[in-house]
Amino acid sequence: MANLVTITESMCKGCALCADACPKNILEMAKDRVNNKGYHPATCINMAACTACAICAKMCPDSAIRVERDA
Amino acid sequence: MAVVYEKSRGLTDNPLTYCPGCSHGIVHKLVAETLVELDILEKTIAVAPVGCSVLAYEFFNCDGIQAAHGRAPAVAAGIKRTNTDKIVFTYQGDGDLASIGTAEIIHSAHRGDNITVIFINNAIYGMTGGQMAPTTLIGQKTSTSPYGRKEEQAGRPLLVSEMMAPIPNAVYIERTSVHDVANINKTKKAIKKAFENQINNKGFSMVEILASCPIGWNVSPVDGNKFIKEGLMPYYPLGVYKDEGGEN
Repeated sequence: MANLVTITESMCKGCALCADACPKNILEMAKDRVNNKGYHPATCINMAACTACAICAKMCPDSAIRVERDA
Repeated sequence: MAVVYEKSRGLTDNPLTYCPGCSHGIVHKLVAETLVELDILEKTIAVAPVGCSVLAYEFFNCDGIQAAHGRAPAVAAGIKRTNTDKIVFTYQGDGDLASIGTAEIIHSAHRGDNITVIFINNAIYGMTGGQMAPTTLIGQKTSTSPYGRKEEQAGRPLLVSEMMAPIPNAVYIERTSVHDVANINKTKKAIKKAFENQINNKGFSMVEILASCPIGWNVSPVDGNKFIKEGLMPYYPLGVYKDEGGEN
């Protein structure tokens, strides 16, 4: 099991502050879809590389990101 | 799986009405987390300002009231004096606190009201369409200074923390920023101290937080955070301007 980043897409406004802050560069805005607000939501492209540092979640102004560490 | 980070229960489920990348959401989280960690959420009363954060009472999971423009410290003083067992904080932007509300904030500090003030300085009037504020930088373009703020016309930006620190009954004045995670962590510590001061009846505490307004500044959210560091921080130095409360 890897660490888990859960992004509530309906809360995301696509600001990309999470992707900019991620030290592993594994977050990006999903260009193939828009959410209910009309934004491209953030998505994790390589969950296996996640260290569960939660920098993305702390940076998210809309509290859309939940981070869990594999115990 | 151990939860490392999730949305604070100090926030309601209402979706934030702020623009993408706005720092208000980050500061809201920090205040909410602090209220939960200090176990004061149930006895806290928020005083919302006029501005983008006018609906802040919809987002904080505690009681709240909204004050007339700039008058949040006066309303908070009244609440605190009649409900001494409650924790009262104001959440104000620079258009509110540093402009129309300058009198109220100064007199509140002079009276030594035992309240906590969260002051968001993004150097612009966000809600009304990005007009020049007293805190707008020299040369900064806004909708009412399209060629940049000129010192000979509008003077220099107001330095609120520097102005408040010499007031005898102001106990704790600090300026922080939220442009990266290290500074977000520092801001949270400052907010926590400001609330602990109130819990321990030490008196007036204010945290000035440099914030981003990407829409008002006409930049992307990522570039907005860069502008906090490269544009705002040289003129608004971070640091503790006064701390007479000691350890909590």
